[in-house]
Amino acid sequence: MNEPQQKWTETIEADHSLFDIKLKEVWRYKDLIYMFVKRDFISSFKQTILGPIWFFINPIFTTITYLIIFGRFAKLPTDGAPGVIFYLAGVTLWNYFSGALLGTSATFTGNSNIFGKVYFPRLVTPISIVISNLMRLSVQFLLFLIVWAYYVINHEISPNWWVLATPFLLVLMALFALGMGMIFSALTTKYKDLSMLLAFGITLYMYATPVIYPVSMLPGYFKSLAKFNPLTGIFECFKYGWLGVGDFSPAMLIASTVIILILLVVGVVTFNKVEKTFMDTV
Amino acid sequence: MLALKAENISKQYRLGEVGTGTLSHDLNRFWHKMRGKEDPYLKVGEANDRTSKGNSDYVWSLRDINFEIEQGDAVGIIGRNGAGKSTLLKLLSKVTKPTTGKIYTHGRIASLLEVGTGFHPEMTGRENVFLNGAILGMTRKEIKRKFDEIVDFSGVERYIDTPVKRYSSGMYVRLAFAVAAHLESEILIVDEVLAVGDADFQKKCLNKMSDVTKGEGRTILFVSHNMAAIKTLCTKGVLLDTGKVVYQGNIDETVLRYLGSNNSYNTNHFIYENIKNEFFKLEEITLKNSSKSMNEPLDENETIEFITNFILDTDQPERYHITYHLKNDYGEALFSFYNTDIKFNKGNNSLICTFPKKFFQSGNYYLSFFLVEDKSKSIIMENDIVSFSVVDGNREIGVYMGREPGFIRPEFNWELQ
Repeated sequence: MNEPQQKWTETIEADHSLFDIKLKEVWRYKDLIYMFVKRDFISSFKQTILGPIWFFINPIFTTITYLIIFGRFAKLPTDGAPGVIFYLAGVTLWNYFSGALLGTSATFTGNSNIFGKVYFPRLVTPISIVISNLMRLSVQFLLFLIVWAYYVINHEISPNWWVLATPFLLVLMALFALGMGMIFSALTTKYKDLSMLLAFGITLYMYATPVIYPVSMLPGYFKSLAKFNPLTGIFECFKYGWLGVGDFSPAMLIASTVIILILLVVGVVTFNKVEKTFMDTV
Repeated sequence: MLALKAENISKQYRLGEVGTGTLSHDLNRFWHKMRGKEDPYLKVGEANDRTSKGNSDYVWSLRDINFEIEQGDAVGIIGRNGAGKSTLLKLLSKVTKPTTGKIYTHGRIASLLEVGTGFHPEMTGRENVFLNGAILGMTRKEIKRKFDEIVDFSGVERYIDTPVKRYSSGMYVRLAFAVAAHLESEILIVDEVLAVGDADFQKKCLNKMSDVTKGEGRTILFVSHNMAAIKTLCTKGVLLDTGKVVYQGNIDETVLRYLGSNNSYNTNHFIYENIKNEFFKLEEITLKNSSKSMNEPLDENETIEFITNFILDTDQPERYHITYHLKNDYGEALFSFYNTDIKFNKGNNSLICTFPKKFFQSGNYYLSFFLVEDKSKSIIMENDIVSFSVVDGNREIGVYMGREPGFIRPEFNWELQ
């Protein structure tokens, strides 16, 4: 055989580098990401009468509920912002984050039937889930903008230039959901306990995040503890920019960014390690 | 030029309930790794034999597999259930990675371990073509370019904008296969997907796949239990048994060895001690294709010689004849046959009966033996003294690949008036 001229385009082997994440390959499969996003969108609303209107119904009713329970009954402060827009801001961001996290964390367990039959870079799936949630967010954000415009016109809130940081905040949340989701999805392939933990953990996490309350109301000790939650900086920055209220300092945002990037790297590495063999354990 | 080369690949699986004790094993592994030692669980493990219960928690589904595949070859991967065929395909298609070893490939690999992977029931046929195509590694542009061809091949044009959950299972499979058949990859891996679909569609798929190798010079790895389909499509074969490559060579030889290794088939030679009386003794019975030895499986497409050797130690040998009853797998008698117009000799006799080619359908058969006196009285009766199997032969491509109904297929005289 003409062995010397033999060229190989790919090697499949037992051991591989942890950081060999093949982003180029993910890029080659961008059309698949697009199709997955489309699939998510279509499958959510096929055979529903209201269709995408459901995107609006969820935040509206959640906001009303929070308004009654946390605003009226519990009388939690809102830093002086009108309750409706304060809760709507929190709900919109939180829905986006929790949707993306729950979605990505089920990557392996939910797609094992596909993963078991065909290869494509597994990273495609969590990325497409995050993008799907971004699409949903953009629709819900429209609702937020309408309500927000109403309050701005009535001079009830005074936004500032931090509004421009919004795209960065959204990307940061996406990366956070992606990082955490990948860690969970990688570990749940072997230890299913984690999916239990996540199921109620995410509800608890909402209360640890300034969704329904402002950081300013926290007593001193809790306030410094809250800084370790990467979402604190993001939520406070968002509310500070759009509603002009809250306890926000750029340092919080920098801390969030650093924590999120570390988690993302950990997530990608664990995910990458598991994706090669998860079919044997899932 | 090689398209693919496997070097010492092995795959180990853990038996029993995954999850119980995994953490302790993981910690133990980690501890060994920290000290720079080998994974302690890689040393244990047994060959994957499902019938006997082993005492290790780990089995080797594949062990030290080596093979090379030339570009443009159509290779059939053959083996009994549990031989490691599916595991091998999974490794090649990167669904899971090998425990040890390396696989080198040249060119894009597309694997078809299942038709319609990722089809979403709520989406229309059109949307699913794009989704499935993308999952299999095609770009939107490629799919768009081939879309009409795909729809045409599937024959479900009318329903292309209907959600696939409304499809019949046949339409579903057709559409799914059509997408896969239009993949543009240098290496195509196909698992037992032909088992689905009707004869017509099977034919179409086989034709398409043979075009792929013969016309376009691509490499195909094909797994099937249908020897007729394998022999038709492939030129080379790899025979696996309990996780090892037992043979690699041309397809006919591989199939023969596979059939030879099968427990249900030993040899078509039978020797007898106890079928006798004062003047008669049955010595041996042999079945073979006329052009082959008795150690090879009986091919349905060739004449089969059925040879009975016996001793008749009587002065009136012409009074006797032999009758056989042929039975199928269910013990139903299909017909009887005998030699009343031949007079036996005193002493050794070798009686040859020839079945015409294309007489039997592939399957298992049993013979009962009768020694008859004066054409009326059976003086020796033995049930099922011979069992033999007739196997699929080569068939022309485009011919139905499944098993035809019934047991024999006599050729009648047909005329058109």
